[in-house]
Amino acid sequence: MILLLFLLTVAVFLLFSILPGDPARLTCGKSCTPDIIEANRHRLGLDKPPLEQYEAFIGGIFFGREFSEDSPQPVICNAPCLGYSYNRHAQVLGLIVNAFPVTFWLATGAFILWITTGISLGILAALTHGRWPDRLVMTLSLIGYSLPAFFIGLVLMFFVIIKWRWLPFPSYVSPFDNLGQFLQTMLLPWIVLAVLYTAFYMRLTRNQVLETFGEDYVRTARAKGLPERTVVVKHALRAGLAPIVTAAGLDLAGLLGGAIISENIFSLPGLGSLSLNAVTDSDLPLLAGITLCTATFIIVANLVVDLLYAVIDPRVRLGS
Amino acid sequence: MTTPAAAQRPFLSVNNLSVAFPTEDGLVRAVDGVSFSVEKGQTLAVVGESGSGKSVTAQAIMGLINRKSAKITGEIWLDDQELVRLPASDVQALRGDQMAMIFQDPMSSLHPFYRIGDQIIEAVQVHRNVSKKQARRETIDMLRRVGIPAVERRVDDYPHQLSGGMRQRVMIAMALINSPSLLIADEPTTALDVTVQAQIMELIASIQDEFKITVILITHDLGVVADVADEVAVMYGGRVVERAPTSVLYLKPEMPYTLGLLSSIPRMDKEMDRLDPIPGNPPSPINLPAGCVFQPRCFYWSQVPDDLCKTTRPELLSTGPDHLVRCHLAPDVRREITAKVLSELAGVPS
Ligand SMILES: Nc1ncnc2c1ncn2[C@@H]1O[C@H](COP(=O)(O)OP(=O)(O)OP(=O)(O)O)[C@@H](O)[C@H]1O
Ligand code: SF4
Ligand SMILES: [Mg+2]
Repeated sequence: MILLLFLLTVAVFLLFSILPGDPARLTCGKSCTPDIIEANRHRLGLDKPPLEQYEAFIGGIFFGREFSEDSPQPVICNAPCLGYSYNRHAQVLGLIVNAFPVTFWLATGAFILWITTGISLGILAALTHGRWPDRLVMTLSLIGYSLPAFFIGLVLMFFVIIKWRWLPFPSYVSPFDNLGQFLQTMLLPWIVLAVLYTAFYMRLTRNQVLETFGEDYVRTARAKGLPERTVVVKHALRAGLAPIVTAAGLDLAGLLGGAIISENIFSLPGLGSLSLNAVTDSDLPLLAGITLCTATFIIVANLVVDLLYAVIDPRVRLGS
Repeated sequence: MTTPAAAQRPFLSVNNLSVAFPTEDGLVRAVDGVSFSVEKGQTLAVVGESGSGKSVTAQAIMGLINRKSAKITGEIWLDDQELVRLPASDVQALRGDQMAMIFQDPMSSLHPFYRIGDQIIEAVQVHRNVSKKQARRETIDMLRRVGIPAVERRVDDYPHQLSGGMRQRVMIAMALINSPSLLIADEPTTALDVTVQAQIMELIASIQDEFKITVILITHDLGVVADVADEVAVMYGGRVVERAPTSVLYLKPEMPYTLGLLSSIPRMDKEMDRLDPIPGNPPSPINLPAGCVFQPRCFYWSQVPDDLCKTTRPELLSTGPDHLVRCHLAPDVRREITAKVLSELAGVPS
C-alpha cells in the first residue's frame, strides 16, 4: 500500500517530466523571449537535475516548500504541498480542495442513483427472465449504453432548463447552505453521470443473479424446502451481488472521467472542470496534483473494496 | 385421486413420468415415460450413462424442476400424496422434511458464504418450530453421526475449510436432519477420491440400516450398487430399459444395454487389462431414434425380424418375477446372448 503510493509519486513525476513540451515555455504564453524562458526554468526548478526535482516534490508533500513568484516575496507552500500553479497563481492543493466537494457530491449522488436503479432493475430483470419486464430493462440498458453522455446532457439541458424552465440554470451551492438549490442544480448532472453506469449495472446485476440461480448451492437451498423468497434473497442474491460491490467501489473511484463531461455541460466548478481547464492551458503542476490525488483515491478505494469483500465472502477473509 | 390400489401402493411409486424442456433447439425429452417403485426401507439404484435422465427424474420427484420451464406429466406417489399435481407450496413443505436429496458435487452444493452449522440449522428451522439452540444441538449430533471429527469446532467452519469428503458428509447430515423417509443420493461419490468414495458409500449404507429410510441411489457405475441396492433400474435415453432385483440384474440381465454396462465394470477378481465400454454415444434427447433408442449402439438388432428395432419402440415387459425388460429380442434369444456374454466375461481375457 505504502509502496504503491510511493511508486505512484514516481510515476506521476516521470510522466510529467517526460511529457512533450517545455513547461518553462508553456507557462509564458506567446510573448516569450529566451530570457523569460530561462527565468521560468529557474523559477520552476527545472534547471536542477531530475532527482533533485523529485526530492523537492516529495519533500513538499511531507514538509512543505517554497516557490518564488515574480514578486521578491517567496510563496510558502505548507505540507502537504502538491505544487504551485503559476498559471493560476495559487497552490495546487488549495485549488483541488476547493473543487473537491463539488465532484464529491456529484459522484456520491450519481453513485446512489445508479446503484439503486441499476441493481433493483437488474434484479427485477433476473426474476422475470425472458418475460416483458426483463426485455424492457435490457432495452433500456441498451439505450443507456448507446447514448453518449454529452448528448443526454445537452438534450436535458435544452429542454428541462432552457425550453420548459422546469429547473433554474445550474449554479452550484453547498448542500449545507441551500439544500433546495443544491438539489435543483445537481439533479441533471447526476442523471447524466449515472445513465451509462445504470445501464451497465442493470446488465451486470441481471447476469450475476441469473448465474447464481443456476448454482448448486441455490438448488441445495431449494432442496431444504426453504420458501422461494429465502432462496432468492438469502442464497442467490447475497452471492450474486457480492462481485458487484467490487465493481461499484472501483467505478466510484474512477468517476473523474465521467465527471468531466457532466461538470462541463452544467458548469460545475469541480475536479472534472478543473482538470479539463488544466489540460487546455497546460498547467502541468496542477495536472500532476490532480492525477496524484485521483490515483491515491483509487488506491484507497481498492483497499476499501478488498476489506468490504472480505466481510462479505469468508473465502477471501480466511485466505485459503 | 385415491385409486383402489391405494392400500397396497408402494411407498414411492413413479408412474409414466415424463419431463420435457422446451428449448431453442427443440423439445428436450429428458425423461420419457419412466415408471418404478420402491417399498419402504428399500434401496433402489438408478443406473445409466451420462444424460440418461437420472438427475432429472430425481429432481422431478423432489419438485426441483421449475414447473414453468418444463412440461412434467405422469404421477409421483409418495406415501399417499401425488406430487406432480400437488401445489408447489405443499411440495416445498415435504422437501427437506419427508424427502431429502444429496448431490453430485459437494464442493459447490454448500453455500460458500455461510457456516456449515448455520446451513443445517436453517434446514431444521424451516420445517420445525424449535429454538436455534435446540437446532444447533441437533445439528452437532447429526454431524457427529455422519463422522465429522472435532464437531464442536467444525460446526462453525465455512465449507471451503473442509475437504470434499467432509463436505459430502455435511450434505448428508443436512439431508438427514429432519428424519426424512426418502433419501435421494444423486451420484454422491462421483466428485470424490476413490478411497473417500468407499467411505461415503459405507456411510450411506449404514444410515440406511440405522434410519430405515427408503433410498434412491443414482449412479453411472453398476459396480457400486451390488452391496447396497435391493433393486436396480437401468435408464437409457430418458426411459427405464431394464428393472430387476439386484442379484437378478447381475446374474441374469437381459437387455443388451445392461450387458454393456456390466462388461464395463472394472473387476478386481479378474485380470482384465482392458474394459469394454459400450461403443458410440448416448442419443441426443432432442432427436431420439424412432425405434429402440439403443438401436444405433446395439450389436443384436439385426437378430430381430423386420427391422423392428429401427421402426418401433419396444415396451417395458415382464420377463420374470419383478424383472422387466424393454427389448424386441425374443426372451430365449436374450438369455442365450446373456449366457454367452457373461461366460466370456468370466472366462480368460482375450
Ligand atoms: N433444464 C434443462 N433444460 C434443458 N435440458 C435439460 C435440462 N436439464 C437436463 N436437461 C437434459 O436432459 C438430459 C438428461 O439430463 P440428466 O441430468 O437427468 O442426466 P443424468 O442421467 O443425470 O446424467 P449425468 O450422469 O451426467 O448426471 C440431458 O441431455 C440434459 O442435457
Ligand atoms: S430392441 Fe433391438 S436394438 Fe433395442 S436393445 Fe433390443 S435388440 Fe437392441
Ligand atoms: Mg446427473
